[in-house]
Amino acid sequence: MEKEDGEEKEISERPKWDNKVQYLLTCIGFAVGLGNVWRFPYLCQTYGGGAFLIPYLIALVLEGLPLLHMELAIGQRLRLGSVGVWNSISPYMGGVGVASMMVSFLVGMFYNMILAWILWYFFHSFQNPLPWRDCPVNLNHTAYISECEKSSSVNYFWYRETLNITPNIQTSGSLEWWLVLCLASAWCFVYIGFVRGIETIGKAIYATVTFPYLVLTIFLIRALTLPGAADGLVYLFTPNWDTLKNPEVWLDAATQIFFSLSLAFGGLIAFSSYNAQKNNCERDALIVGCVNSFTSIYASIPIFAILGFKANENYNTCQNWNILQLTNAFNIGDENITVENYQDWFNQLNATDPSEVESLDLKTCDLHTFLEQSASGTGLAFIVFTEAVINMPGSQVWAVLFFIMLFCLGLSSMFGNLQGVLTPLMDLHLIPTWMPKEIFTGLICLAAFTISLIFTLGSGNYWLEIFNNYIGSMPLLIVAFFEIITVVYIYGINRFNDDIEWMTGRRPNIYWQATWRFISPLMLLVVFVAYVVMQAEKSPTYSAWNPDYVYFPLAEVLPYPGWVVAICGLLSAIPVISIPLVALYRFICFLKNYIKTRHNPNPYANDKTKKFYQVF
Amino acid sequence: MLDKILFLLCLASALADERCMPDTPHGFQVRLSIKTALGDEAYVWNENEMFLFRASLAFAMRNHMNGQQFEVSNIIVCNETMRVSFWFIVTSPLDTSQLIDQENVEAAIRQSRNRINSAFLLTDKTLEFVDILPTLATLYTHPTPPWLIVFGVVMGAVGAGIIIMLVSSVVQKKRKTNGKPQDKDDDEETRVKTVENGDAHDGVHNMSFSEDERFTKM
Repeated sequence: MEKEDGEEKEISERPKWDNKVQYLLTCIGFAVGLGNVWRFPYLCQTYGGGAFLIPYLIALVLEGLPLLHMELAIGQRLRLGSVGVWNSISPYMGGVGVASMMVSFLVGMFYNMILAWILWYFFHSFQNPLPWRDCPVNLNHTAYISECEKSSSVNYFWYRETLNITPNIQTSGSLEWWLVLCLASAWCFVYIGFVRGIETIGKAIYATVTFPYLVLTIFLIRALTLPGAADGLVYLFTPNWDTLKNPEVWLDAATQIFFSLSLAFGGLIAFSSYNAQKNNCERDALIVGCVNSFTSIYASIPIFAILGFKANENYNTCQNWNILQLTNAFNIGDENITVENYQDWFNQLNATDPSEVESLDLKTCDLHTFLEQSASGTGLAFIVFTEAVINMPGSQVWAVLFFIMLFCLGLSSMFGNLQGVLTPLMDLHLIPTWMPKEIFTGLICLAAFTISLIFTLGSGNYWLEIFNNYIGSMPLLIVAFFEIITVVYIYGINRFNDDIEWMTGRRPNIYWQATWRFISPLMLLVVFVAYVVMQAEKSPTYSAWNPDYVYFPLAEVLPYPGWVVAICGLLSAIPVISIPLVALYRFICFLKNYIKTRHNPNPYANDKTKKFYQVF
Repeated sequence: MLDKILFLLCLASALADERCMPDTPHGFQVRLSIKTALGDEAYVWNENEMFLFRASLAFAMRNHMNGQQFEVSNIIVCNETMRVSFWFIVTSPLDTSQLIDQENVEAAIRQSRNRINSAFLLTDKTLEFVDILPTLATLYTHPTPPWLIVFGVVMGAVGAGIIIMLVSSVVQKKRKTNGKPQDKDDDEETRVKTVENGDAHDGVHNMSFSEDERFTKM
């Protein structure tokens, strides 16, 4: 009884969600991000369409849902952010929380740069014609700018007018003022939602989480009416069962589900810590996990319909070019050769004058080749999709809707990232009491903005790739592995089961037991080892956009210089190193105390009492 | 009668000028894609249309080379095909044995390209002068880039939102500090009352003795 009284008093001081819907939407918003739209469809397509759903759903069931349930449950029970939670389970594991916090901060920095790019494109979508439709003309008005002509207008707009990218990572270039402006506005958007922590986040997410679903539905209806959409969908969903034999598919499915659910960032723990304790976290975990996967699949339908439309357009352009060549060379009447009778005409002309036909250098137009040209990440959003949008009637509307959708998806994930930084700092009482929360959140945003100015340099995109590959991957796997080991074996799985029974009224069933104890940690370990092995096999190289390259517009593959490789190593190592460092620090403190108590026994100077007061 | 026939024959042969041939260094090839441009409203290419073409070329030459009175007869056409495509050369009005060089012809066509196109309801792409590049239309450059305008509008709204939020939180805090001294007095009164009444249940809960085996095992 007294335990509940004490905790009730603490509950009234800790902020809480206005209602359950807010909490669920925030968790869904954190989990559903840009990756659901631009990474999952790409994986689906690369790994044999419908067949990819099998390893994906298996990974969800065996790895994603158990880890998700565990994070939500532990945050809800212990009512602390990531650092506080792991500290209170065992002071030696406090480093796990510190690692989470660092990863959250670093990921938040580069993630917002992507939002800045989305804003840039959004601001440019209010023009007619869209600025990425045409190549700009050179000074004498005699020809288009060569860089644009060799690649394409969308590529030029992305690499030159947006990024103003340098040919390699050593050339830093200068701060691009337009990107600095966009980055500042992105941080202002984040600040306005994040200013009072979950009080304001809870209001903001009603818009940012529901709007993308609305836009996806609009796109779905529009995309299905475009010509060529059916080709794209058939291509996407035709299962190619052979790919399942490739181990890389399983690895990619496991990593995709892991990163997609935003596990190990500490954000989910932070969000659930603001819940009432008697809350059914098991059902919440199932809802969030399933909605996330459903969103991925739902988003890939319009994306692939539109990609099918684009492939169709490219195919028609290719065929029409061939037809024009034949018509001009043989002076056949205009529009006599059509797409339908092209083959007959070709055979006839080839029979009569093969040398002439040969000299024309006709292209082989294959719809499949065009369908295979897909991309993921920024390539999908800013190159492939923008090219498709040009050909859709009413391009401005579709461009604006698309970029608002991407912005909302990214913004709700940003809230989770920053909350994973703010909640631990608040729980550790590192904020001076005189400083109001608004100023503290403003300082966090300002600090992150200043450091992320790196990404506005000419070489910014290369640095963003580095951050994305080296922070947003391995450290998270390590942190998640330690999280589940700590909860299951150090906190104790029986104690955890009791907690959940107290919170939800039901003891977790055999599925949760099996996955928490053995399957998930084992899977994480296997995935981590496989990931490291695959990374080690590839030498660290990157694709550079160099207009002076011999094979331009193909990307030039360059190796990272030594100092950059060192930075990559540091980025991966620093968050992770805090785990052993904190454990070591605590052990040294423990030894000091032990030596002290041996000389001066004091029954009240107990480690555990100190820890108790620390928590409250 | 005979000399009339002879004269007509000579005229005919003179019209079929040997200087006009495919790949001539003095002329250009022209290609028209009427069906592509006009679809159902395409007109049929015939002698009259050819006459119009020669007339518009003569017009272009007159515009470019001031003073010289080019006539339709100065534009010689040959190798007409079904495509519709043909070659043409331009002779000087002063001396029909002299051909106007390619640069002048090209400059003349460039200058009056729009007028020639509109005479046939065609565009640069559908009325093609092979090897004469059309002057590329530059994109309209706005005095203020439109993206800055959108940026200004959006950032203005966001900035206003931030200021409103900060001001409202300051106002809220002021209200709380005004309300708090009164609440504190109430609390003290109730606490004093309960102690006087000796009712332990509403007393202040001393947390250091609460049993919470989740955290400590004393």
